[in-house]
Amino acid sequence: MKLSGAEILCESLTRLGVREIFGYPGGAILPVYDALGKSKLHHVLVRHEQGATHMADGYARASGGIGVAMATSGPGATNMVTGIATAMLDSSPVVCITGQVSSKVLGSDAFQEIDITGITMPITKHNVVVTKAEDIARTLREAFLIANGGRPGPVLVDITKDAQQASAEFNWEASAPKLPPKRRRNNHDQAEFDRAVEMLNTAKRPIILAGHGIMVSGAMRAFEQFVRAGNYPVAMTLLGIGCFPTDNPLNLGMMGMHGEAWVNNAIQEADLLIAVGMRFDDRVTGDLRTYAKSARKIHIEIDRAEINKNVKVDAALVGDARAVLERLTPHIETRDHSAWIHHITELKGDSAVRDIQSLPDSGHLYAAHVINDLWKETQGEAIIVTDVGQHQMWEAQYYHHNRPRTLITSGGLGTMGFALPAAIGAKFAKPDSEVWVVVGDGGFQMTMSELATIVQEKINIKIAIINNGYLGMVRQWQEFFYDKRYVATPLVAPDFAALANAFGIRGERITKRAEVVPTIRSARESAETVLIDFRVEQEDSVYPMVAAGASLSDMIRRPNNPLVETATEP
Amino acid sequence: MQTLVAYVENKPGVLNRVSSLARRLAINIDSLTVGPTENEEIARMTIVAHTDERGAHRLEASLEKLVDVLLAENISTRALLERDLALIKVSADQQNRPHLMELIKVFRARVVDVAPESLIIEVSGTVDKIDGLLEVLRPFGVLEMARTGRISMTRGGDLLQPPVSESSGSQLESTGSNAK
Repeated sequence: MKLSGAEILCESLTRLGVREIFGYPGGAILPVYDALGKSKLHHVLVRHEQGATHMADGYARASGGIGVAMATSGPGATNMVTGIATAMLDSSPVVCITGQVSSKVLGSDAFQEIDITGITMPITKHNVVVTKAEDIARTLREAFLIANGGRPGPVLVDITKDAQQASAEFNWEASAPKLPPKRRRNNHDQAEFDRAVEMLNTAKRPIILAGHGIMVSGAMRAFEQFVRAGNYPVAMTLLGIGCFPTDNPLNLGMMGMHGEAWVNNAIQEADLLIAVGMRFDDRVTGDLRTYAKSARKIHIEIDRAEINKNVKVDAALVGDARAVLERLTPHIETRDHSAWIHHITELKGDSAVRDIQSLPDSGHLYAAHVINDLWKETQGEAIIVTDVGQHQMWEAQYYHHNRPRTLITSGGLGTMGFALPAAIGAKFAKPDSEVWVVVGDGGFQMTMSELATIVQEKINIKIAIINNGYLGMVRQWQEFFYDKRYVATPLVAPDFAALANAFGIRGERITKRAEVVPTIRSARESAETVLIDFRVEQEDSVYPMVAAGASLSDMIRRPNNPLVETATEP
Repeated sequence: MQTLVAYVENKPGVLNRVSSLARRLAINIDSLTVGPTENEEIARMTIVAHTDERGAHRLEASLEKLVDVLLAENISTRALLERDLALIKVSADQQNRPHLMELIKVFRARVVDVAPESLIIEVSGTVDKIDGLLEVLRPFGVLEMARTGRISMTRGGDLLQPPVSESSGSQLESTGSNAK
């Protein structure tokens, strides 16, 4: 069957299981759009190509499948860069398809020509230029295989316009992936495995550091069995949230810079760290010289390049988390860590009294109140998509997730503007799930043009803007470390409720704590998108906090009176 | 200094991916040589990098993550044969020429071009040997020099061969069914 390259592309995407494509048309990708119109694929017209990549990313994270974004050459492609990097840093399988000028004029600085494979080389798992129609099907199959294989990541396929227009024989069977052969590595030898088992069975104060890799590997059950076998307390990374139910008493909560104090203290006191599918990010470890000094370390990780990168470990079990955990669990003999768990519970009791939730209602509306109420109202069952900053950390602290892939957030790159478009992608992946955007007034203004996409696609998501009139996390750093010199952090914003109305979206503004629950309820009852502008306390800070580069043991704690903010409190 | 050998796909852009990776990891490359292998689709690289063992591990593992890299191996601690080749143009007049010829003989180098005022000397060997020759030539006036950078091979039965192709897509480990 002879098809044009553009038709081959659409047919291949369909056969690869793609239903939605998030994109924006332009000259060099027009043949594909013409073919798209005749295909069964649904194209979601975004308002900016960065939004397309975040949507594809949100789609991938919510579904576990692959998200597809599309753009034209030149500025269309360069606008994707932030979204691609976001997916790269969080190991999210996104396939980006860009149009490129005709192969005859490649390298001539033609109109809207840019070397997008050169630009995205360090931020993609792989990228490739296709100049022949007959290579399109095979290249796409390879791209999908690479994006979701091993440690996932974004792949960019740049297709010249003449390749889209030329016709070629379409034969799916003959277009099987042909990737270069790889040396098979023996991931870890028996001695390494035995050493890990010995550490597991002799530890007195073990703690698991649970990461995103558990979800990527689909290891939730294997992980739960492993935890149960050893009765291990579990600390989670930001992206690990959801891999293990919060209502399990062994789940301690999040670790790291804004992790719970009892979690960080437990890590510092532990004699064994069992890291699963996480990469010892600096936001997790703090100062490496003082990090978990009395602990031996086991690292279960699929990416060999992560071993001993930041933290030197005593046993590295390289491999897929599920496979490794399933192999380890039968060897666990020691499970009595009651004294240790009792000790952690005591640590926790000390912190809970400092918690803002335990403070009397002073009439002030705190972001933590909003998120805590949202958690209660949705019974922790909603998919929450956050942006980056204070609200993101409060979400991680106060919204208790019990299921995987229900917190979608930009961790590694920390991309402001991620939430709204990523939530749109998540909604397409899980149309029957309730999806909430939790976003700051700063990040929302970066990509709020995607409100139009919501309206055009007639989708139903709920948007909670945690509006404190500042770039809150940066303001917090200025408060703590720059003597309260608030340079470039006070932020003027439009009337978000009125803005929503202008897009044809219902908008609400909330200033009192008593209004939070009724408004959340009424928004949930609506079958359409609702935006709620929560005007929260302006100068609240996220506690506890480990300053960048400080020891995990040195946490800035919430002052007893939250209205008297101070960084000097030990 | 760490020495790595890599087998890579012999196609455009691969050298860029390899060097760009080293740059991203903030590892300075001392020398990088690429040449064909018995299989025309595969090229062999010798990478000499300014880094420690930990950096070399990171580079090795990161290189193997590149789709176009078939194998990367840090061979620094193994028994190695290393060779560097240099062409050195040195000024030579009637007076000092005999003296020069003697030195060249000691270093087992060869004269490959003779001109009235200069000679081109070809020398191969370890980096130390070439550096040694260079040092004694310097007083005569080194006008120009080209060096290939190091190529390395493990000795004896310690083989480092490119993997042979299996069925397509074999390079990716299964991640389990993560859509559940």
